[in-house]
Amino acid sequence: MIRETFERDLQRLQDETLILGSMVENAILESVGVLKRRDVEGAKRLIAQDRFINQKRFDIEEEALVLIATQQPMAVDLRTIAAVLDITHELERIGDYAKGIARISLMIGEQPLIKPLVDVPRMAEKACDMLHRALEAFVTQDVVLARSIPPEDEEVDDLYNQVYRELITYILSDPRRIEGANYLLWVAHNLERSADRVTNICERVIFTVTGEMTELDSDTGLAGLS
Amino acid sequence: MSLPEEPKIRIQNVSYSYGGQPALSSVTLDVPANAISVFFGPAGGGKTTLLRLINRLNDLVEGTQMAGSILLDGQDLYAPEVNVTELRRRVGMVFALPLPLPGTVRENVLYGPQLAGVGDRTIQDEILMRSLTQAALWDEVKDRLDDPAVALSGGQQQRLCIARSLALEPQVLLLDEPTSGLDPISTAKVENSLFQLKENYTIIIVPHSVQQAARVADYAAFFLMGELIEHRPGNEIFVTPHHQRTEDYVTGRFG
Repeated sequence: MIRETFERDLQRLQDETLILGSMVENAILESVGVLKRRDVEGAKRLIAQDRFINQKRFDIEEEALVLIATQQPMAVDLRTIAAVLDITHELERIGDYAKGIARISLMIGEQPLIKPLVDVPRMAEKACDMLHRALEAFVTQDVVLARSIPPEDEEVDDLYNQVYRELITYILSDPRRIEGANYLLWVAHNLERSADRVTNICERVIFTVTGEMTELDSDTGLAGLS
Repeated sequence: MSLPEEPKIRIQNVSYSYGGQPALSSVTLDVPANAISVFFGPAGGGKTTLLRLINRLNDLVEGTQMAGSILLDGQDLYAPEVNVTELRRRVGMVFALPLPLPGTVRENVLYGPQLAGVGDRTIQDEILMRSLTQAALWDEVKDRLDDPAVALSGGQQQRLCIARSLALEPQVLLLDEPTSGLDPISTAKVENSLFQLKENYTIIIVPHSVQQAARVADYAAFFLMGELIEHRPGNEIFVTPHHQRTEDYVTGRFG
């Protein structure tokens, strides 16, 4: 095996995964920002930009397949490439959640939000913070860090449950708010799912380093339903 | 990734037969400079024959017939005015089994240059160091230059043979299953040295396995029963072959 070239290609694959990760992080934060600002043009732009995320994922996938076909990786190298394929899939889906939130922004259009956004941006920030550290754990092969992140999903779940209860209260007090509440519920749901996918990424990090397939599920309450 | 426009070697419509038995049928293929090209496929596909034709090694084989042309930097290798000895200085060849000459490591590397009249000791030392370094062998033998070449390990002997070819500063290096007799570590070292050499040389290798073909190929040409089936960049042909027969071969369905 041409080890030096392979090392370089493997490193590049991980770097590209980090770049995809930061594209997705930005998309999530921006999707909530756009919703908060009622920025219709920004929402349209975000929806259009999702194709760059998808393209990046395809490019990484193709590079990973070339490495498997040409370098016949074994053991930790093989697990790293398998993890890249998995992680980029998770990232692409998180990107779709951001696009979903931007779509909801468009559907709400010019109407005022039924309540000010407080917990929803916190969910987005927390999910992105978890995502950022999960990818750091991947490139540094840090199992301890990878194990420490999924329990934090509980914080996102708690916020989700809180948002849910709050929105139900709004609906009960005024059924005309059903539609507006539903929109926001979907936004919160997308963010909750994003954080769940970070847990999957952490599982892949542990698999890469130890070869052990583990479930790090921490969903509680309503969040565990989906 | 498409093939560069100025190929180092142009193989044009080459057909070849041994005693009436066709070995190559109308093969047309451009070999780019400063890259590793791989000729691969099952036994009897014509890949070694083609490699030997590039070095005119089949000139003395009786009962053979060749049609078509092979151009090196635009010059027909089979034109009457071509000096074969001169050609072989430009096109080096390494075979499957390492064949060190009797004598020391130093004598092996300097055999060619001495025949070519290089007598100056300083120049000889430069050639010795450059060739052994390029073949990724210098560090292992720099203190054993006057040991007999046969005392080296198999992998070292093969890299010595590569160094011996490089000593004449060829432009093209042909390697026919250069690692078929070597263990994986030695194989890796030879492959690594090829990878460094491609910066300055045009390399064509007939690999001993599909795996090696995939590892080293910048461009790969798949040969089957004398026909060139497919010739494309390595990172394409081993992931998404265009031809079913290539697909069947690289996935191990035959061969």
